[in-house]
Amino acid sequence: MNLENITLISFGYFEKGLLEIILDDVEREFSVPVKTREGYLDLSDYYDPARKQYNGNELLKEIESRFASDKIKTLGLFNVDLFIPILTYIFGQAFLNGRSGIASIYRLSNERYGIKKDQTIFVDRIRKEVIHELGHTFGLIHCSNPTCVMRSSTYVEDIDQKDHLLCGKCKANLIFF
Amino acid sequence: MAKKISILIVDDEESVRDSLYNWFIEDGYRVECAENATKALSMLESDSFEIVLADIKMPGMDGLEMLKRIKSLRKDSIVIIMTAFATVDTAVQALKDGAFDYVTKPFDPDDLSHLIRNASKQISLLEENEILKEKMVSLENVEDLIGNSEAMQRVLHEIESVAQSNASVIITGESGTGKELVARAIHANSPRKFFPLVSVHCGALSESLLESELFGHEKGAFTGAVYNRKGRFEMADSGTIFLDEIATISPKMQIELLRVLESKSFVRVGGNKEITSDFRVICATNRDLKTMVEKGLFREDLFYRLNVVNINVPPLRDRIEDIPQLVDYFIKKYCISMNKPAMTIETAALKRLEEFPFPGNIRELENMIERAIVVGNGKKISLKDLPLGKTVVNTSVESLDDLEKNHIFQILTKYNWNISVSAKALKVDRVTLYNKIKKYGLKPAK
Repeated sequence: MNLENITLISFGYFEKGLLEIILDDVEREFSVPVKTREGYLDLSDYYDPARKQYNGNELLKEIESRFASDKIKTLGLFNVDLFIPILTYIFGQAFLNGRSGIASIYRLSNERYGIKKDQTIFVDRIRKEVIHELGHTFGLIHCSNPTCVMRSSTYVEDIDQKDHLLCGKCKANLIFF
Repeated sequence: MAKKISILIVDDEESVRDSLYNWFIEDGYRVECAENATKALSMLESDSFEIVLADIKMPGMDGLEMLKRIKSLRKDSIVIIMTAFATVDTAVQALKDGAFDYVTKPFDPDDLSHLIRNASKQISLLEENEILKEKMVSLENVEDLIGNSEAMQRVLHEIESVAQSNASVIITGESGTGKELVARAIHANSPRKFFPLVSVHCGALSESLLESELFGHEKGAFTGAVYNRKGRFEMADSGTIFLDEIATISPKMQIELLRVLESKSFVRVGGNKEITSDFRVICATNRDLKTMVEKGLFREDLFYRLNVVNINVPPLRDRIEDIPQLVDYFIKKYCISMNKPAMTIETAALKRLEEFPFPGNIRELENMIERAIVVGNGKKISLKDLPLGKTVVNTSVESLDDLEKNHIFQILTKYNWNISVSAKALKVDRVTLYNKIKKYGLKPAK
């Protein structure tokens, strides 16, 4: 296996230590070392004033062209609201069996929905979203198992209902480089 | 593993195509994209997509026009129209033209998932419906296979032993003996029973029709090919295909059939895409195929390919002990279907039936009982209700040619092969009669 590591790159403000909490879980699911680092992008280039959101397709292409490498799975993490032209919003997206993906924590906090802040739930959702998008880069498609982390989630409630673990079938289907 | 649903995305905006492509790929669908309606239509002609997601506004042909063309190509296609500017008029028009749904861009991720889930459900229901319809047809009347006679028990035993295998079967026997029922019984007891049993009466179709019937055709392959159409081999995927009157197929069709049986793949008439299908083949004939092979009328390689197992269905005269049971069964069957009170049969009438030769076999007996119930007194079938003086239906000949041949032979024999008198009796000229004699190879009986 040529894969060296999984790199989570945060763009914009992230609470100190937020990503470090989830590293062990990500590493356990994919059996690959996980690193974090900060990255810089001028997000105004990806802002759509009409939608007041950031273009996920363009950001994914940017991550792929500037940060991805053949020996690393790269996931760009953002704290802004992402969209793709056809959908009102996305939590994240990735190249299937590819080198990179993106995810946003913007819609993962309780406060966004007028509910009392809960840091545990927030971190749990980030953990699941990160593993989910990375799962796509390892060739996994959406899973019908209700507790599998690869189950498709369109609302945060969906994310809350699943586990942060890959089901046995998905684990067996992981594709390494 | 469940079949992968295929989706065709048609939109002139690359970003929209990319977005939908990525979304559906992550969901595990097979996805293709087209940037305009013309390309989409050409892709639809060469490939099949269960769902088409099309933008309404595109340069050149718009989504509504494309929808009409797709529907003319494949009536059961599921087309979802997308638009950035929803108006009630266009939505109504799209639905009137057969669109499955109509959505406004951008949509919520959940709406998109629901939309595709509903479309997938519709596809599964349509497929399930087709399979169930076929299954109902294939399973009904299997109980018609009746008889405790040794000959019939042997047939039932052969059905039981051959059903579980995948071997090709040739069912032989005189006309009216119930060869198709045997085929149904084999299918109904096989592991393929939950998939269709597709019957093709080869003798009823001309060569070109049979070709299109078996292999299907693409739209425009010939005059009248208005739609793309699945062939019987394609319909029999995972199930069984029953080719009745196999001896009647032309030499060209024999070659085609051999190729399909060997490769389990074929191309639709007018198409170029190889289609594979997993089917079991059961054939039936009332002719002696082996003799036909010896005379060069039937391909030897095809004969051996088909004749892995041979089941011979005995004529009714060889199992007269089954007649009371069959009579009882047909009386019940027709009393129910005609809404009549239960009837019985007089002992004398039954005895006469047991003595009757039944050249038309069970089919003749069935027709006789049906007639007797119609004309009878509604309580008991008596001798006078049974037309035993002559055969009710002469089913010993199958085609018009056979009928014509027999009739000409009878007239010639009647007039001692005097051509002029015979031609006059037949109301044809002498040349025509000579031609018919030559065509049918008729000779005076020695």
